[in-house]
Amino acid sequence: MIAAAGLRKTFGATLVLEDVTLDVPAGQCLAVLGPNGTGKTTLLRILATLARPSAGTLRIDGVDAVREPDAVRARIGMVAHGSHVYEDLTALENLRFWAAMGGLDASPARLHERLQAVELDTVADERARTFSAGMKRRLGLARVTLGRPRLLLLDEPFNGLDRRGQKWLGEFLLAFKAGGGAIVLATHGFASALAVADRAAILLGGRIALDRAAAGLERDALHRLYDDLIEAER
Amino acid sequence: MSYRPVVRALGWLALLALLAGLGMAFGYAPREAVQGNVQRIMYVHVPAVLTAYLAFGLVLIGSIGYLASARMGWDRLAAAAAELGVLFTGITIASGSIWGRPTWGTWWTWDARLTSTAILFLVYVGYLLLRAMVEEPERRGRFAAVVGIVGAANIPIVHFSVKWWRALHQPSTILGPEPSPIAAPIALALLANWVAFTLLFAYFLARRVEIARLEDAALQGAVRAR
Amino acid sequence: MSGYARRVGIVLWKDLLVERRTKESLNALLFFGLLLLFLFQFSLGPDRAQVESVLPGLLWLGFVLAGLLGLGRSFLAERDNDCWEGLLLTPGDKSAIYLGKLVANLCVMSAVELVILVLFGLFFDVDLTRALPGLAVVLPLGTLGLAAVGTLFAAVTAQVRARELLFPVLLLPVQVPVLLATVSATQVALAGQPLADARAWLQLLAAADLVYLVIGVLTFEFVLEA
Repeated sequence: MIAAAGLRKTFGATLVLEDVTLDVPAGQCLAVLGPNGTGKTTLLRILATLARPSAGTLRIDGVDAVREPDAVRARIGMVAHGSHVYEDLTALENLRFWAAMGGLDASPARLHERLQAVELDTVADERARTFSAGMKRRLGLARVTLGRPRLLLLDEPFNGLDRRGQKWLGEFLLAFKAGGGAIVLATHGFASALAVADRAAILLGGRIALDRAAAGLERDALHRLYDDLIEAER
Repeated sequence: MSYRPVVRALGWLALLALLAGLGMAFGYAPREAVQGNVQRIMYVHVPAVLTAYLAFGLVLIGSIGYLASARMGWDRLAAAAAELGVLFTGITIASGSIWGRPTWGTWWTWDARLTSTAILFLVYVGYLLLRAMVEEPERRGRFAAVVGIVGAANIPIVHFSVKWWRALHQPSTILGPEPSPIAAPIALALLANWVAFTLLFAYFLARRVEIARLEDAALQGAVRAR
Repeated sequence: MSGYARRVGIVLWKDLLVERRTKESLNALLFFGLLLLFLFQFSLGPDRAQVESVLPGLLWLGFVLAGLLGLGRSFLAERDNDCWEGLLLTPGDKSAIYLGKLVANLCVMSAVELVILVLFGLFFDVDLTRALPGLAVVLPLGTLGLAAVGTLFAAVTAQVRARELLFPVLLLPVQVPVLLATVSATQVALAGQPLADARAWLQLLAAADLVYLVIGVLTFEFVLEA
């Protein structure tokens, strides 16, 4: 579904990503873990075709995403820190805008249905400015599922969500996987990530330090691996 | 690099041409009846503005080339050409100003050529300022290319608007006799200086692009992990 | 409705909705226009005869200054919450976004200009009625020229350091020829002369507008991608 090989990214003289290779088949979720500033966000942005890699290849659904970003953008849904929310528009208006921009069904019925799916229907006519970070995230998810993306890219999706919200998001992602979609999420939250991830990768200093199946991996074990790697880095 | 000797030869050629041209301007060309010797500054003023237009044409080419191909070489060309363009418009304005002072008594005359050049000067200084404000090379190249294209497309618009605006008040070109047919020695001296300026421009451009290329290569080599 | 037209429409809808809801720009711009007129009065003195000849220039100076403020804000909303990137991820020709923003800007600017025009007529005791048919042609042409480049450059400077300084620095030199044309044509209109007298200027304006529009549509995607 998504196959990256040898991704490299430099900003001026700073090397942010080096030799990143990963493979996420349909119906699977990859969790990318790592300390702040290690390049997780940059990696996600490259996967989302928001940034071009300095070197390396990226294929999404078989299409060369570096050469033809526009061909794959309709299949990608991204929810990052920003969640692409216009503060002065209501939740409903936000969805209407993004639906129309994406060439999708923007009928009130469809929009309300999406808001219901993320439990924001009750605040449909409230301005996004009044929303908490978690609510904005959920609005972002509603937006992203207006179409039928095949790939979800999420940057710290569990941030700002309370326990109930995290549980809700976990179920949401599992349902997405069950529907045949692939997910790459960058996060700090080991427990929540492990609940949905099939594989876990640790990004350290711009390189993949670990990439293994998440099955049977407990949070504490992962933590230890993580800490060991960070120690080794020093 | 095999280009070095060629560029060096170009430099010497330009120097020789410049000496020849200036020699012609001061020795060979006739002294102008009304304005006197100060009119000889035309042999710097006119070639300078022609060279500036050449430079801005190259900025346009480099800008389009970069947007089309995303190869940094085009961006380096555009940037170097813009710098030189600003330099030569500066020379045009300064020489025009110096020319105007004894002739018309003021440092600034709203001569059509001078005014157009001043506007272009401002446009491309803005271009250079933009470049200075953006650090990431790809971004900088794209933004600069867009501004460069607008600036270049604007040149004919500037030309006509200023010319007509001048014509409303006075004859368009105050600076320089432009009788037709133009006398042979004057034409020859102008041509010689124009060739010299163009060679000089080509030399500077080649050196400047090379320096930019070396800078980029050094940056690549100095890449360090965060 | 074709996808492209739909996207232009929804961008226009969003911008006007936000503007109507927050009334940020419109109110401030109207007040700014009023302030400018006061400033002009104070700095130029009460002698009507003195001011007469510069009236067209003053009017357009007011429009341009208001335009600088209003247009510079075109993409501010997109800076929050990564909406800029959200736009980048939408499928299809990105120039639809440029056109949508352009039309929204034209709506706001036209509203502001109309109010400034009326106030202008009051302050400077200008008989606008006989000038109206002429102004009805000059104003849209001039505003389009300002907004077409302004919207593009607003996108370029939206995420650059010193945006508030760089935007006017980039926009103003490019606007000079447009300004020359609009002021000359406005002079003709205010004097009550038939518009045909300013035909050349209007043709130049129309040509400039077309050029800027085409460049904006063709290069916007590169600005968005940057």
